[in-house]
Amino acid sequence: MDYRLSEDILAIRELCSDIAARHIRPIREELDRENRFPAEVMKVLADSDLFRIYIPEAYGGLGLGSLALCVAAEELSKVCAGVATTYAANALGAMPILLSGSEEQKSRFLPGLASGSNLAAFALTEPDAGSDAGGIRTRAILDGDSYVLNGTKQWITNGGEAKVYTVIALTDPDRGARGASAFIVEDGAPGFSYGKKEDKMGIRASATRELVFEDCRVPVANLIAREGMGFMVAMRTLDNSRPGVAAQAVGIAQGALDEALAYASQRRQFGQRIDSFQAIQFMLADMATQVEAARALTYSVARMIDSGAKRFEKEAAMAKVFASDTAMRVTTDAVQIFGGYGYMKEYPVEKMMRDAKITQIYEGTNQIQRGVIASALIRESASKDRK
Amino acid sequence: MRIVAALKQVPDASEVRIDPERGTLIRDGVPAIMNPFDAYALEEGLRWRDALGGEVIALTMGPPQAEAILREAISLGADSALLLSDRAFAGADTWATSTTLAAAVRKLGNVDLVVAGKQAIDGDTAQTGPGIAASLDWPQVTFVGRVVEMTSGKLVAERFVEAGVEVVECPLPAVITVLKDANVPRMPSLRGKMKARTAGIPCWGLADLGLSEKETGLEGSPTRVVRIATPETRAGGEIHRGSPEELASILADLLLGGAGR
Repeated sequence: MDYRLSEDILAIRELCSDIAARHIRPIREELDRENRFPAEVMKVLADSDLFRIYIPEAYGGLGLGSLALCVAAEELSKVCAGVATTYAANALGAMPILLSGSEEQKSRFLPGLASGSNLAAFALTEPDAGSDAGGIRTRAILDGDSYVLNGTKQWITNGGEAKVYTVIALTDPDRGARGASAFIVEDGAPGFSYGKKEDKMGIRASATRELVFEDCRVPVANLIAREGMGFMVAMRTLDNSRPGVAAQAVGIAQGALDEALAYASQRRQFGQRIDSFQAIQFMLADMATQVEAARALTYSVARMIDSGAKRFEKEAAMAKVFASDTAMRVTTDAVQIFGGYGYMKEYPVEKMMRDAKITQIYEGTNQIQRGVIASALIRESASKDRK
Repeated sequence: MRIVAALKQVPDASEVRIDPERGTLIRDGVPAIMNPFDAYALEEGLRWRDALGGEVIALTMGPPQAEAILREAISLGADSALLLSDRAFAGADTWATSTTLAAAVRKLGNVDLVVAGKQAIDGDTAQTGPGIAASLDWPQVTFVGRVVEMTSGKLVAERFVEAGVEVVECPLPAVITVLKDANVPRMPSLRGKMKARTAGIPCWGLADLGLSEKETGLEGSPTRVVRIATPETRAGGEIHRGSPEELASILADLLLGGAGR
């Protein structure tokens, strides 16, 4: 489908596709097998200005917005969702500073993130606070001109690799979610260390680690917005990042569809190409239709954000749910079309199916997304009734 | 440093056909690309520009559509580009081509270094780079596998020749032609691509270069392609097996034209 993308966005798509073909495809199987962080690919993405896409021009970025980021994430995800996650997690980590940081914080941190010399990560989840983000226990206590952080963040993408972490911690535990605050913690801060690297089902190129804070001192100047705004900062961040997850899912699904199409035209059974069988044709047709629908929804939400919409949590959640469920279904069908070969690690669709699963889970499970959608629906309906 | 990267647009090697009547390449309908060796030449220029400061000017001679490789060069980091295009340049051999490119280098002025690829994959002559040097009366270092050192006054380069590696020191300005060993070309950058889309690329013709028609194009070309032909496929050899004595006897018979096999 022709989405009438701007010339800048078409350039991003072409560039990401070239980088994926030249620098990611040849190593994706090794990255997956070895659980290896793709530092060399991040360097290429940085040199190609891809970390500048979502940073405003005033801070060394290109200010191209949400749709541009979605197209980049989608294109990289077609080839390796692990690399794409590593890339997109930087946007997630930068988002709290972008959306709620002070001028001083933006000037201090964004240029390094724009150039890609520093990677970023976002830290909300804890061992006992996943979907229930309000249940976080990491404490931040003001002491002189710094906050002292204690606690553990879990499953942090880019953990140990990033230089800049945006961390949500409680400044006033009695107020629950309203007692949370957002902080910028830099790699090397005293009392800040990393736990072991997780051994994951999919997106294995991405680094996932625990962040451990033991009397970690963070300067007051690194508090984002005000005390008590942490939960709001986190929710705004996730609303803005969800189209990016949706775009990853679209990319994974498209990658699997492309592989399935190519395979179905080569594979012969009963004396003919298997794409001559209606059973395969209808699967391919359904896969392609679902991928296109997911892409259309994702791009529409990204355009809504770029046009300056104030509230889009419902639409962002819809895109995330629909695209990630699509990715899971389409990658499963791609494995099915490959048959026994699809179940083997020599063929890429097995990895794509493992990679797809996380998109239904992270940055808010699809159950949480449906909750977001439903509350918005009920709220909208109630406000109509009042009129 | 003011560096000129001399580039050539060539037909994609996998799709070339030859006009049997005229003995020239048929370029219509064949995708055009930057000569692969020239991508390494451009990268070498960019690296020394990045290291020492200054600018890289991408230069090509060709039909108006050759501008495409200049935009590609800008997307890769060239600071500016210059197209030499004129009906009078058409049909140039390597002599006329290097005369024309050298005239542009002279007119640009203050150029420290011209970098070109070892050869173009269409003509395979490897003469245009050296021709530019000869026309400018500058030193040349060909078959460069590694540029070791570059300062404002001189360069040191390794020539990968058949017998080994020759280390050559050479004053600037100079012309070098590079091999694929020289570097690993970078990916374009997004800012480069954005700049490439809108960059104004000047086009110089015969009058701009102060050359006469006798010096350029077909008229300025002392050589003519008389014929281009596909070589006949050689028949496969014979393989004989046996003891050294038997084989020596077979070979001697063959060489003497005998039939004693």
